[in-house]
Amino acid sequence: MKNKIRVLIAKPGLDGHDRGAKVVAKALRDAGMEVIYTGLRQTPEQIVKTAIQEDVDLIGLSILSGAHMNICPKLLELMKENDIENIPVFVGGIIPPDDAEELKRMGIKEVFGPGTPLSTIVEKIRQLFSEVES
Amino acid sequence: MKDLLEKMQNGDIKSLAKLITYLENHPEDRFVEDLPSKGAKVIGFTGSPGAGKSTLVNAVISQLRRENHTVGVIAIDPTSPFTGGSFLGDRIRMKTHFLDDGVFIRSMGSGTSLGGLNESVFDVIKLMDAFGFDYILIETVGAGQSEVDIVYVSDIVVLILSPGMGDDIQFLKSGIMEIGDIYVINKSDLDGADFYKMRLESMLSLSNVKKPIVKTIATSGVGVEELIFNIKKLLSKFHNNGEIRKRKERRLKKHAESILIKRIQKSLEKISEFDKLSNVISKVINDICKNN
Repeated sequence: MKNKIRVLIAKPGLDGHDRGAKVVAKALRDAGMEVIYTGLRQTPEQIVKTAIQEDVDLIGLSILSGAHMNICPKLLELMKENDIENIPVFVGGIIPPDDAEELKRMGIKEVFGPGTPLSTIVEKIRQLFSEVES
Repeated sequence: MKDLLEKMQNGDIKSLAKLITYLENHPEDRFVEDLPSKGAKVIGFTGSPGAGKSTLVNAVISQLRRENHTVGVIAIDPTSPFTGGSFLGDRIRMKTHFLDDGVFIRSMGSGTSLGGLNESVFDVIKLMDAFGFDYILIETVGAGQSEVDIVYVSDIVVLILSPGMGDDIQFLKSGIMEIGDIYVINKSDLDGADFYKMRLESMLSLSNVKKPIVKTIATSGVGVEELIFNIKKLLSKFHNNGEIRKRKERRLKKHAESILIKRIQKSLEKISEFDKLSNVISKVINDICKNN
């Protein structure tokens, strides 16, 4: 039995636009979740270590730099190496539709593009969490 | 569970992290009691929001790592009393240590308690101690005047202030100003730092115990070596004069109190008929005795 959903919100890559990540973090907080916010310029290695130490249920990445096709596979690979590939990863940011499909094929659970209502994100995260729990 | 414990005691970080989650969700489970202590030193850091607690903790980690000590950190941020959610953002100040295997950082919501700590902190400290960290650093929520529970869980409390936070009258107030074993004036490159220190010194001199005041600039690490020197000096003094033992006993008592309060609340929830106060009280006592 778990009380609370713990979500890591991190921003890999080199762009400095963290407003989206903050908006999502706040929405998840207001939905009663515990959000571990690590902010800008996180490497996949840092994200994996944080996810392990914080024992999070989900990982959310905000990427606006266009580097998603490099960062995501690297992160998924590292998660596998560290035996935490069961943690669902979702991505938000500027992701072209074709890339979004490709990311999902790789194992990213959800891609949220610009304009996604916060309620949709919250709902989807709850759903992903209950899938992992059961 | 047994498997996790065994792995944790063999140094597996992932098992330690999972056990912390378990403790947060099962506060009534007492398995940690049987874990052997490895003698970790527990240092509490408290102060107002924005005084620089996380940044100072970050600088303290760096210095302890230079001295080859391993460090476990518990960083607490507020849980919303309205939604139960929390934004845990202390870790962001400690990025430089994310890839260091000698450092373990865990963020926690404060939960429903009012003292500035999460109740499971008592057990998480025991767990981290059994894991074998040399130092355990606990950072409280941004504290106001009366969140003093950090004093019940630490061997030493570092109270972090910064210039411009008030005058002599603030220093004289009860509560948080009483709990520091070491006072830090952080952001001491700001205007008024020396004057602030002088006033703090003069107010502290009104009591019999002399307490160290250290000026720091957490962002650049200035003063941190001196702070750690003072922490170590005080630790050895407290070991010799029996203060550490006294504090450990105080910790146990407070822990028992927090568990008992939870049980009383549970028993109270079961009661449906509220007639006379004395009846309600005896019903609760009966319920607790029955379930023991």
